[in-house]
This record gives sequence, C-alpha cells and structure tokens, in this order.
Amino acid sequence: MPYNPALVAPMREEMVRMGAHELTTVAEVDAALGDPKGSILVFVNSVCGCAAGNARPALRLALEHSVKPQQVVTVFAGQDLEATSRARQFFAEYQPSSPSMALLRDGEVVHFVHRHMIEGRSPQLIAGELTQAFDKFFGVAV
Amino acid sequence: MSHRLSGRPLHSDRHELHGITVVLDTQGAGTYVGRFDSQDERGVHLFDVGVYDPAQGTRDNYVRRSVKFGIRVDRPELTIESTEVARITPLGQIEL
Repeated sequence: MPYNPALVAPMREEMVRMGAHELTTVAEVDAALGDPKGSILVFVNSVCGCAAGNARPALRLALEHSVKPQQVVTVFAGQDLEATSRARQFFAEYQPSSPSMALLRDGEVVHFVHRHMIEGRSPQLIAGELTQAFDKFFGVAV
Repeated sequence: MSHRLSGRPLHSDRHELHGITVVLDTQGAGTYVGRFDSQDERGVHLFDVGVYDPAQGTRDNYVRRSVKFGIRVDRPELTIESTEVARITPLGQIEL
C-alpha cells in the first residue's frame, strides 16, 4: 500500500531539485525510455531511510561531475506502482530493488546500482562509484 | 536552503545490520540472501529472501549472480534459528 503522499513529497522534491524528471504514469515512462537514443539514468526512489537516504544525496553529488547522463528520470517504488513496474521492464534482467539506479546507453543497460550496493555506504562513496561509471560509459571517446 | 532530507537512517535503534542485504550461510548446506531485519530468541529474521538451490549450480555462483543481477525473491520473509547460523556477510562486501 502506498505511503501517505505528504510523507513522500519531500523525497520526490529532492529528486526534482537535482534535475530529475519524475515519471508517474506508464505513458510518461514510455515517452522517456521508449526512445533508446542517448544516455539516461533511471533512479528508482524509495521511502527507505537506510538506503534511499544515502542514494539521493549520492546522485545529487554525482550529477555535479563533468560527465553525466543526458537525462535523469525517476520513478517511485511503492508509490507509483504502474510506472515503476513499466520502468523495470526496460531493465528486466535485473531483479527489482529500491532504491536502485539503471544507467542506459542507447537503450542498453550498461551499469546497474542495486540496493545492496548502496546500503551502509556514504553518499560520497556511492557518488564516487557513480562518477566512475559516468566516465566509463558516458564519457566522450578521444 | 537545506537540501538534506536524507542521509540518515530512520531506524537507528535497530540491529546494526537492520536493512542491510546479507548472505547468510548455515551450519549445513543452506545459503540465503535477504534483507536483515532483526535477531531475537527465535533467530535471525530476513525479508525478501532468495534461497540457494544446489540443483541450480554452486553456492558461489549463486551469490555472484545475486551481486550482479540482484536477488530473486523466493520467500517474502524467513527466520533462521541462531544456532543454525554459521556466517553472515553483507552482500555489498562481496566482490565479483
């Protein structure tokens, strides 16, 4: 059962403030992920303070890096159920977890950050690993 | 302006592994991967638990696959008696 919208509103706003585009319907997910061109990061948001409480600030830090995905979108697990389910179909090889992050390049999953890769780690450490992935998969070849 | 909604556990009064995804090996051949909730007189309580099936390959391959692709949940929750527990390792500490 979804949480009280008032409880999760700050968690949604935290994502929007860092530049993420929130996807709350299947149609919005299809519009954002259906075109496989370019680089995109999908953040599966969660109310869990243990993990999401570090994942959101980690992503905010990582997005300050010079290399980053062209788009950042977010769905909210346990809240926007249909949108989250639809988004997960775009990285169906990976088991559902939240929070989690999928990095896609031209429609292909090139890196996945599971919840277990977030738990117990500082935002700085998570951000460092994310920026390494940004450089590896989204950097311009020279 | 504060950006800091998060960055702090909501359950600071719980077991240090609360909310952490762990690999739990038993004294026998059992291996479980799940989210640690708590431990009490009944044992260790896990949520969203994957159960290693030897028919599907080795234990190490099962754990490695869980690290890379996540946990295929076989049981929504499970309690393992404390006396049966041989080792508990955070999944995030296991390198591929």
